[in-house]
Amino acid sequence: MAKQYPQDGPGTPPANTLLQSLHDLPRGPTGEILTNMLPTPDTSHVSFNTIYEPSEDSFLLLDTLSSTTEVTWLRKRFASKTPYLVEVGTGSGVVIAFLTANAEQVFGRPILSLGIDVNANACHATKETVRKATAEQTAGSLYLGSITGDLCSSLLPGSVDVLVFNPPYVPSEELPALPGLERKYRDKFEHDSHLLALTTDGGEEGMETTTRLFAQIPYLLSPSGVAYILLCAQNRPEAVKSWVAEDLPKGPWLSETVGSSGKKGGWEKLQIVRIWNEKAAGNG
Amino acid sequence: MKLLTVNFLTCAVKTCKTSSESYPLHFRDAQLEQNPQTFNPLFIRNILSRLDWSALTTTANELGLTAMLPDHNPADDMMVDSEGATEEEKNRAKDNVISEEVLKKLHTFLVDTAVIEGKLVCGNCGFEYPIKEGVGNFLLPPHLV
Repeated sequence: MAKQYPQDGPGTPPANTLLQSLHDLPRGPTGEILTNMLPTPDTSHVSFNTIYEPSEDSFLLLDTLSSTTEVTWLRKRFASKTPYLVEVGTGSGVVIAFLTANAEQVFGRPILSLGIDVNANACHATKETVRKATAEQTAGSLYLGSITGDLCSSLLPGSVDVLVFNPPYVPSEELPALPGLERKYRDKFEHDSHLLALTTDGGEEGMETTTRLFAQIPYLLSPSGVAYILLCAQNRPEAVKSWVAEDLPKGPWLSETVGSSGKKGGWEKLQIVRIWNEKAAGNG
Repeated sequence: MKLLTVNFLTCAVKTCKTSSESYPLHFRDAQLEQNPQTFNPLFIRNILSRLDWSALTTTANELGLTAMLPDHNPADDMMVDSEGATEEEKNRAKDNVISEEVLKKLHTFLVDTAVIEGKLVCGNCGFEYPIKEGVGNFLLPPHLV
């Protein structure tokens, strides 16, 4: 099941079609076709009853983070430091497994990585996805593991170098409660539906969960830290970027759209925004 | 969950954030597992500078693994304060290599060892975060959010 984008008119192709075409033709942020395709991690062991199935948004993250521009930027940023990467909302683990297994190609060096998800099933699935993706590695990165948690509430402040978040961004009337707060379910169907809703439903403007994560960014990132956040058109990305520039604490913060897909009538349906700070890193 | 993870975690309770007692979290009833990985001395050397050595020492002591860690961060020996240092000191720092034995022990401790069952306990509020099948649960009950 893919996140269902709010219908923005007749003729919106179903997410599955988009997924297929994107997957066949990976493109970088400026639309260039990526020639040196890195392998997509195998998630065939994952049960998608409660876990988000890798979709257009997941693949946009893979394509963007392995694009020539981002690879160049990241290698320069972490030329003399082993980056510690945290992915929030790993789901199947396809993104963190990709970045851990292909760290040499993306960051120019091995990395440390940690996954967080609100759903313990997703944490177990991620462990297996990373294990499979890194099985062939000999001098590889170190995946610390996955923890269950509410965003980054249990992470040491000032420690994260690379934060990746594919949020529940679809506008919804209600924001689903965290699993720890609502444990009683009538049956398995209700349980599974609730966990799946957590992977997609973002409340007002689809931004309620993302806004909470934004509030953590200034305290979470290291001086050389960078965050990659996926937004959809209904999240009003331009307004979000202005807010980041003007109101995110401990700034000034810079933001730039570094990947996008699903252009329709001049609007990008999905985009990935890079957020970083130039104060201490001294490059970029 | 690799032992090194604890170097990057703190209590999720808001009021604990300002307390030095909330870091590192303390292991209780920890069941460890060895999962040997390829030894990469360069990787170990590269991550040393980002470790909180005193927190790591606390963790090692709690698990009875004190012997796995040198008493100070070997990366400190490699760094010389460039302002105060003489040429001789700088050269000595440059030549200073961390012995393979030390790096291998660190590899075993940081890379090969994982905790599969147990708890992580906050030294400030006492809240116990359970670890099951290698996954730590940091979701708080409603009254602590």
